[in-house]
Amino acid sequence: MSSDHIKIVWIYPDLLSTYGDQGNTIMLERRAALRGIPTRTVHLRSDEHVPDDGDIYLLGGGEDRPQILAAQRLRKDGGLHAAVQAGKAVFAVCAGYQILGHEFGGEEGQPLPGLGLLDIRSGRGERRAVGEVVGDVAAELNVPRITGFENHQGVTSIGPNAKPLAKVVAGVGNGDGQGFEGAYAGHVLGTYMHGPALVRNPALADLLLYWALGVEIPPLDYSWAGRLREERLNAVLPAT
Amino acid sequence: MSDLPLRSQLAVALGRTAAKMSRLAGKGDGSVIGGRIGLRLDPELLTRLAKDRKLVLVSATNGKTTTTRLITSAMTPLGEVATNAFGANMPTGHVSALASQRGARYGVLECDEKYVPMVLAETGANVVALMNLSRDQMDRAAEIWLLAGKWRRALEASPQSHVIANCDDPLVTWGASTAKSVTWVAAGQHWREDSWCCPECGGPLDRQDTEENSDWRCRQCHFSRPRPDWVLRGEEIVAPDGRAFSLNTVRLPGRANRSNAAIALAVVAQFGVPPEQALPLLSEVTSVAGRYTTVESQGRAIRLLLSKNPAGWLEAFDVLAPAPGPVALSINAQGPDGRDTSWLWDVDFRILRGRPVWVAGERRIDLAARLEAAEVPFTLVDDIDQAVMAVPPGNIDVIANYTAFQDIRTRYGRVV
Repeated sequence: MSSDHIKIVWIYPDLLSTYGDQGNTIMLERRAALRGIPTRTVHLRSDEHVPDDGDIYLLGGGEDRPQILAAQRLRKDGGLHAAVQAGKAVFAVCAGYQILGHEFGGEEGQPLPGLGLLDIRSGRGERRAVGEVVGDVAAELNVPRITGFENHQGVTSIGPNAKPLAKVVAGVGNGDGQGFEGAYAGHVLGTYMHGPALVRNPALADLLLYWALGVEIPPLDYSWAGRLREERLNAVLPAT
Repeated sequence: MSDLPLRSQLAVALGRTAAKMSRLAGKGDGSVIGGRIGLRLDPELLTRLAKDRKLVLVSATNGKTTTTRLITSAMTPLGEVATNAFGANMPTGHVSALASQRGARYGVLECDEKYVPMVLAETGANVVALMNLSRDQMDRAAEIWLLAGKWRRALEASPQSHVIANCDDPLVTWGASTAKSVTWVAAGQHWREDSWCCPECGGPLDRQDTEENSDWRCRQCHFSRPRPDWVLRGEEIVAPDGRAFSLNTVRLPGRANRSNAAIALAVVAQFGVPPEQALPLLSEVTSVAGRYTTVESQGRAIRLLLSKNPAGWLEAFDVLAPAPGPVALSINAQGPDGRDTSWLWDVDFRILRGRPVWVAGERRIDLAARLEAAEVPFTLVDDIDQAVMAVPPGNIDVIANYTAFQDIRTRYGRVV
């Protein structure tokens, strides 16, 4: 944490915010506040420079055209690159996840250059993946089973310098035949669970807070978000 | 219209019979099944039924059904008007509406946003009213930038169609601006989270942020708000000839309905019905397919508000009884609602603080998590009845999304 508060930078809500992405900023603010940690959130528009003094950077989902514009502007700006080099936490969803990689599929599926901040490559698949997704998270992250809603036509493969976020239990996820969902490397983490993914997965929000603070944070009591996570898992996997 | 080919006449007759059977079986108003059978027998039935009529298509993310009703009401001085009053807004519904009112020389058709190009091509509608575009049921609806692009191509290919469009919505303006002739209505835009980028070039839009002035222009390219012909200013509308009319007589509540009324006045003026004649007809509309209806139960007056997406919730909040008036919310996530509830996080629920709030519906836990984060105290209930019984006799507002709304209507009787 750079000062007396956690600074959350929501990158380009004017381009990358179509699926309730705001929920992720709200959850981070709330879970920090419940532990007495102040936060400050910047809603950074796409004509503004990405500051390097943030602690957690969030990227949301978006349509094809806004996604392409966001990638162009972030490449030109360079601020997010500096933040990642400094080890800051990045959480990216859907279109935001794809542009973190080396390339992603454009409006006609043509490969377009991404930011190269995560060792993944994305293209366009045959069919749209729409529905609930569940995954078991890489053990070293110490996060329980994740639940989300996916809505994308992307296919993403993970290179040697990144690891899968989770093994798919239900749904499609990265869709490249490996059975994985999302990817991470260092403090950069991306997922196809779109929109308010941190709401259904409070432990993922806590992981980002932990990365930002550099120290363990105390667990929180039961919340409606926790109950929502259980309800969704039971709805998708009733037998377990 | 009696000159329909034999096969088309048969298609119309069989469609009507099927619709009647469906109604008798209690399966809705039958307009979808009737139209489906008609179109199967004669794929060009919509084109044939549209021939020699003056048609209006009405499309938007929100307000389609209501505005269709307002326009239909204001067009009655012209003669019989065919319309799909019950929200069956795809070609099957259009066929049913036109087939059931064969003698009507006019038609007002609510049209799903995605179907505008197809229905425009098949009917060559005289007037197209386009009101607003915003995020909606993202798991199945088209992306709105893409949608506006399709409107552009369809209107370019339909030069005989006159467009009435809300120029306060940048995406609608872009979608309408390829039309050969357009009447621009400054009808307001309150949900702006989908309008920060220029639809033409992607650059940042500079916007006036006051209730009275919704002007906007792109910082990078030439794209800017066209000069409006009609201007909605609070409770008043200014016509192209400079005369101002009060919208106080419109009985449907809230600024969204003043906006719908503004579009309706511009549409009927195109057919020669002046505002002074149209306004009393608008005031005859008091509820639309159950929306805004108040039902009585157990000594409580329950007002039903339908909201399907973030922009719609903003407008529903605008018409709530003042705090501490009680509110019950009900959310489902079935096919017609969109199976994804993520949009709840785009709605600012903090406005409900200071009221008793009840939460129901199949996805009430999603809503509970949302309200908890917004620090709005609430009570979880199994159904709306529990909420109604929990408030003291008096008024309660109920906001529900699509299938939750239909459940409540069924429970309290289908009032129209």
